Amino acid sequence: MKFQKFINQHLNQITLATAILIGVGFAGKLIGSNIIYTVSFIVASVISAVPIMMRAFSALRFRTISIELLVSIAVIGAFLIGEYNESAIVTFLFLFGTFLEDKTLAKTRHAIKDLTEMAPTTADVVQDDGSTEETDVDFVDVGDVVLVKTGAQVPVDGEIVSGSGHLNEASINGESKLAAKTTGDPVYAGTMLDNGTVQVRATKVGDDTTFGKIVELVEDAQDTKSPAEKFIDKFATYYTPAVLVIALLVGLIFQDFRLAITVLVLGCPGALVIGAPVSNVAGIGNGAKNGVLIKGGDVMNTLSKVDTIVFDKTGTLTEGKTAVTHFKNSSDNDGVLAYAAAVEKESDHPLAKAVVAYAKTHGSDFDQLEVTASDTIKGRGILAQVNGQDVLIGNRQLMTDHQIELTATQSSDLQEIQHQGSSSVIIAIAGKVQAIIGISDVIRPGVKESLQLLKKAGVKKTVMLTGDNQLTAQSVAGQLGIDEVHAELMPEDKVNFVKDFQKSGHTVAFVGDGINDSPSLATANIGIAMGSGTDVAVETSDVVLMSSGFDELVHAFGLARKTVLNTKENIVIAVGTVAFLLLGLLVGVIYMASGMFVHEASILVVIFNAMRLIKFRIKTPKLDSDQLSATEVKLS
Amino acid sequence: MSKAILQLDALSCPSCMQKIQGALEKQAGVDTVKVLFNAAKVKTEFDADQVSADQLSNVVSDLGYEVKSVKVKS
Repeated sequence: MKFQKFINQHLNQITLATAILIGVGFAGKLIGSNIIYTVSFIVASVISAVPIMMRAFSALRFRTISIELLVSIAVIGAFLIGEYNESAIVTFLFLFGTFLEDKTLAKTRHAIKDLTEMAPTTADVVQDDGSTEETDVDFVDVGDVVLVKTGAQVPVDGEIVSGSGHLNEASINGESKLAAKTTGDPVYAGTMLDNGTVQVRATKVGDDTTFGKIVELVEDAQDTKSPAEKFIDKFATYYTPAVLVIALLVGLIFQDFRLAITVLVLGCPGALVIGAPVSNVAGIGNGAKNGVLIKGGDVMNTLSKVDTIVFDKTGTLTEGKTAVTHFKNSSDNDGVLAYAAAVEKESDHPLAKAVVAYAKTHGSDFDQLEVTASDTIKGRGILAQVNGQDVLIGNRQLMTDHQIELTATQSSDLQEIQHQGSSSVIIAIAGKVQAIIGISDVIRPGVKESLQLLKKAGVKKTVMLTGDNQLTAQSVAGQLGIDEVHAELMPEDKVNFVKDFQKSGHTVAFVGDGINDSPSLATANIGIAMGSGTDVAVETSDVVLMSSGFDELVHAFGLARKTVLNTKENIVIAVGTVAFLLLGLLVGVIYMASGMFVHEASILVVIFNAMRLIKFRIKTPKLDSDQLSATEVKLS
Repeated sequence: MSKAILQLDALSCPSCMQKIQGALEKQAGVDTVKVLFNAAKVKTEFDADQVSADQLSNVVSDLGYEVKSVKVKS
């Protein structure tokens, strides 16, 4: 076994030595020295055949007929009939091909490698006496407090116990904007502290951290096989022994030993075995780099076939937070907003919170206003006195109850707001309506454009399912150009809609925020979770969009289609190569060495073809190329 | 049941996977073995009373593959 290890470690030197010997052999032939020619090729054949035969033998011990076995038999055959140059060139090409394969394969895998290399390795654990000790992350325990300084990586998932700072969380959610965090806020392993100093109490360490889970997921995904790969694996287990049998038959029937060993070399299934997996590895790697986690080749395959996308509304198409969208001030009084906020600040009602938040961002100073005799009327609104003036904040019913009329303009404003699916709040001061505020759930930026791109990419139908009321749902769907809307649904109704679409022959993707939508996510052919790196989302869905962005969704679809196409291209190249070689053999232009050359070339062609996927990126109208390269630099 | 993760030098041939898988599964006390080809990792669950992670690591390196690191969780 020592010998085997030695050979494995010196494979490159052996390949190089073989190349030199082949060169010397041809030089010998040129100067007419048959001895140099023959001896060089014999030595080259022997030393380069050793590693190949070793692999063939050890695979045989596990009852696998490998490509190496085919090559080994062919080489021994060529050697026996004195074709030393053929045997030397075939083994050299095989070794050199393997070398290039390793190098190019490493390129297709580098996305995961980059990811694992971003993992933190050490942590400064705070000791009882207040000093810190540098510890390997694997030995940090839950509950330990670690010190993170400016520019350092957070080594664990945990909670800030002291200090504050700005964190770059791109490695977790793809978001390049810095997040301000202070005592009590959660921080994640693998993120960078851009400025400040914090102490963090570990809640999760090592592989249990969100970052650890992402790495594990991507690693597993690259080994989860697509149906095409599974088919080829099965095919290869019969194909390789079949080649052996065919070569034997050819040798017996035609009584031609040379032809038989040529068949062995030509029949190697090289590009076929590597073509499909390499496309998936590159595709999944591309996704991981762009904030899209795709859990394996089978998911990639199904995702490429999706024709119906079902969206949850709140938290997916919309931000899931209410905000003021209209402020119609029909008085000349600038203080209306401050009055409203002063009254609303005591209330927990979501509409009231939205008004207060809006007032704060618009610089209204309402802290000094004195609110007295505040009275909440259920289903109507609030009555109060501010600086001695009567203030009414609520719906139209509240106004009617107090004999306050709306002017014609105010009525039409109110109708406009309600028609857009927003909730409305009317503010009256001293018996006169002063302003009307419209409040609604804000649609995420870029959603409309992304939906259009998805349609262009071949998605036939977009559907929105929501528990929200019909009017709001219609309004949101109208603004986004969604094809079908179903409102006022319970979670189980959503599942039934998904099932109905599937029954009528559609391949359905469900896009949700990962927690309350899990039944639908599980039922759909593809569950896509708006991630932001939560454990539940990462675990229950097939695809996770790390920064919950819609451009990531478009990217995921484009990538899946591109990857599946790439796999097909590679299979065509591989099958085409074998057909070409057989034809060449029949018309007598292909021999062992040239056959091996074509094989190795075809393997490199499929790898290079797959490598195109690493760079794949859908052009979104929002980003120009400069911004794109800037974000890429930050991620890598 | 203990869990070990062995990080290997890059794997290039799919048959290496079968070799490592087969050899580890034959060890007494080894429950599950998963070889991640692209990540060049071996994940295994084993009974620490019957076999140690170091022994498993030796099995892999005896097959001719370099083991870069071993992580054990009990």
